Amino acid sequence: MKNILIKPSKEKLNSFVSFGSFFISIAFIDVLANTFLNLNFTSFLPGKLSYFAPLIIGTIGLYFIRIEFSGNKMLDRINTNFNSNNLNAVLSLIVIFALIKYIPPVLNWFFFDANFVGNSKEECTGSGACWIFVKVWFNRFVYGMYPDAEQWRINSAFFILFALVGASFFVSGKYKTYLIIFLLFVYPIIGLKLISGGDFGLKYVETGAWGGLSLTFIVSAFALILCFPIGMFLALGRRSNLPAIKYSSIGFIELWRGVPLITVLFMSAVMFPMFLPDGTYVDKLIRVLIAITLFEAAYMAEVIRGGLQALPKGQYEAAKSLGMGYWRMHFLIILPQALKLVIPGIANTFLALVKDTPLIFVVGLLELAGMVNLAKTNPKWLGMAMEGYVFAGLVFWIICYAMSRYSQNLEKKLSTER
Amino acid sequence: MNFKNFKFDLNNKNKDLIPQVLTILFLVLVVIYFTINAQNNMGNRGISFGFGFLSQESSFDITFSLIDYDGSDSYARAFLVGLLNTILVSSIGIFFATLLGVTIGIGRLSQNYLIAKAAEWYVEIFRNIPLILQIFFWYFAALRALPLTIDSINFYDISFLNVKGWYVPRFIWTNFSVFFYSIILAIISIIFFSRYAKKQRDEFGKQLPTLYISLGLIIGLPLLTFIIGGVGLSFEIPVLEQLSKTIYVYKGGVSIIPELISLALALSMYTATFIAENVRAGILGVGKGQKEAAASIGLTKGQILKLVVMPQALRIIIPPTTNQYLNLTKNSSLAAAIAYPDIVLVFAGTALMQTGRAIEIISITMLTYLSLSLSISIFMNWYNKKIAIKEK
Repeated sequence: MKNILIKPSKEKLNSFVSFGSFFISIAFIDVLANTFLNLNFTSFLPGKLSYFAPLIIGTIGLYFIRIEFSGNKMLDRINTNFNSNNLNAVLSLIVIFALIKYIPPVLNWFFFDANFVGNSKEECTGSGACWIFVKVWFNRFVYGMYPDAEQWRINSAFFILFALVGASFFVSGKYKTYLIIFLLFVYPIIGLKLISGGDFGLKYVETGAWGGLSLTFIVSAFALILCFPIGMFLALGRRSNLPAIKYSSIGFIELWRGVPLITVLFMSAVMFPMFLPDGTYVDKLIRVLIAITLFEAAYMAEVIRGGLQALPKGQYEAAKSLGMGYWRMHFLIILPQALKLVIPGIANTFLALVKDTPLIFVVGLLELAGMVNLAKTNPKWLGMAMEGYVFAGLVFWIICYAMSRYSQNLEKKLSTER
Repeated sequence: MNFKNFKFDLNNKNKDLIPQVLTILFLVLVVIYFTINAQNNMGNRGISFGFGFLSQESSFDITFSLIDYDGSDSYARAFLVGLLNTILVSSIGIFFATLLGVTIGIGRLSQNYLIAKAAEWYVEIFRNIPLILQIFFWYFAALRALPLTIDSINFYDISFLNVKGWYVPRFIWTNFSVFFYSIILAIISIIFFSRYAKKQRDEFGKQLPTLYISLGLIIGLPLLTFIIGGVGLSFEIPVLEQLSKTIYVYKGGVSIIPELISLALALSMYTATFIAENVRAGILGVGKGQKEAAASIGLTKGQILKLVVMPQALRIIIPPTTNQYLNLTKNSSLAAAIAYPDIVLVFAGTALMQTGRAIEIISITMLTYLSLSLSISIFMNWYNKKIAIKEK
């Protein structure tokens, strides 16, 4: 076998490289012509062979240019990164050809053949996406069924929130603490009042009308704030020496972690009202918030427990030797360090929480994904499922990707500090 | 008797006792409060707590079932259908998620720049989109774009894909039990053989080709039953039939409904990203020194991977991957969103609507998931213990 194949060598570098490049360029020209000009140069070959011809020709070409330590920097870089052996050569070619073949149609659908101008489905004449659908429904996707005239309230609530969060990065020392306390304990109530209304001359908007992306943020923010203290106490409870507390914490945590969120939401919708005195009505959104909070608290507890376990025993002993009691030891010495350790874990839990919010559709609350589901069944806008889901997916992707990047950076920063 | 000391002890005990008693008291009070309310509520609606309804006639149909089922069967049987459907989609999902996840995890570590980048972007894209959106996308957007029954995509004339689902041949076995026992026999003999091979290696340093012999056993023994065991296998290929002028339908074979396809697809593609990250972390977690040490005592590349890298990497990979399997099983409950008849849709959906027994049905559903989760985690703990390197 080895004798049959010509082994590319350094001595005849130029001829091998030009020979190889010739094959590679034939392969590329074939694929490009096939994609953009719809020509098939290799149609004289039998079916499957014609399909794989560029791959085979390209691999032969890459075989010829695979010369170690050729002295040519460019060539060496190509060989180490894309062409270190036959398998890698084939894989590289498959990836490149797949990109050439599938990126243009996707771009065409997404951008070049898409329709942006207009107000109705009839104006979507191109073969690409109909972004008019998203444009027309944009308000609904962001605010749900919230009345148009009142949407400034949601805007201002979020604007104040972002301004406060932004400010907390710049102010320092004592004011930062106050600001964070205000953000965590006072602002949620103000924000909720601003959005729900009912007082101060603001029109009351029932929670059934809330929806869209703003509901995603509201649900995830409240669930995060609420599940944090519960998770902390559950984590402490699970590590407690007192058997009754320890086992009830374990039972609680494992119960929620063992069941899917959707059944918990079902429970909040149909089973929870049965457990309350007859005639009491708890708002749907509040029931959902309770359900998600308890569910996420169990996960949060496990994350925080990880931090508690990672702390060296010496920290506990040092705190005890100073005469600190259980609560003082935990709040002044243990938790501040443990929480710092698990900030990435907390960020991941929050990420999972954001990705879980679309599930609230099972109780009839429609955030972004639910709104898309509703919009695509509108008789005037049938057949727009692809556009809707791509838009919703893109929005969620940007949010989640930014958050995961942030948590990765945090992880790196924290790991170098130690 | 030192009275002072005694008192101190008592104080200490009280300190431990009071919070525990309070916790238990609180829990008991909550349970009692809920029970009284539930009794009142159910009394008002004229229903009483009990599981007798399970034997009543369900009188609803289920679109996809692994066992025989129709409306005249009981609620308990409907529950079983839902449970089997959940297990089916979870096992398919776990299988493909593992396959895809391991491939992509290894791909992320490839020296080939393009492969590493492609794997990285796969993970970044599919991990950061909510699973429910991915399920919706596959079900409502991607699979709806498939051709109609008459222009089905044809796979070598034996299998057809169209908007109604995927039609594959049905296996018709004769003497299936013989075939089944031969597989069990093959597995048992592989276990014995690998024990023997390990002994040979440990005692005499002989390397036996375990992999090839195992492969030969698991393929050869069942094949043998076709020749001498009277086992027969034929296929029932789905055939296109015209019902009326414009209505065509595939008869025969097995039809895999689009709900199952999209759910399994979304579940495995989503979970694969997490498994890929676990695999990557596991392989990176094996110290470079380990590989160098193994190379320096003259092991081949394959041996290094099999005997040195993998056993250590698996120790890191398996615990978080177990969690992902559990997550996948729980996430399969999203089936309710696209009407795949899993346990949530059949039982917590349709059955609950018909009977109105919220407490019983939701408790059964939750308990089922709890026991599914617990049984997977017990199995994986056992496996994990088995492969853990025993330190001497």
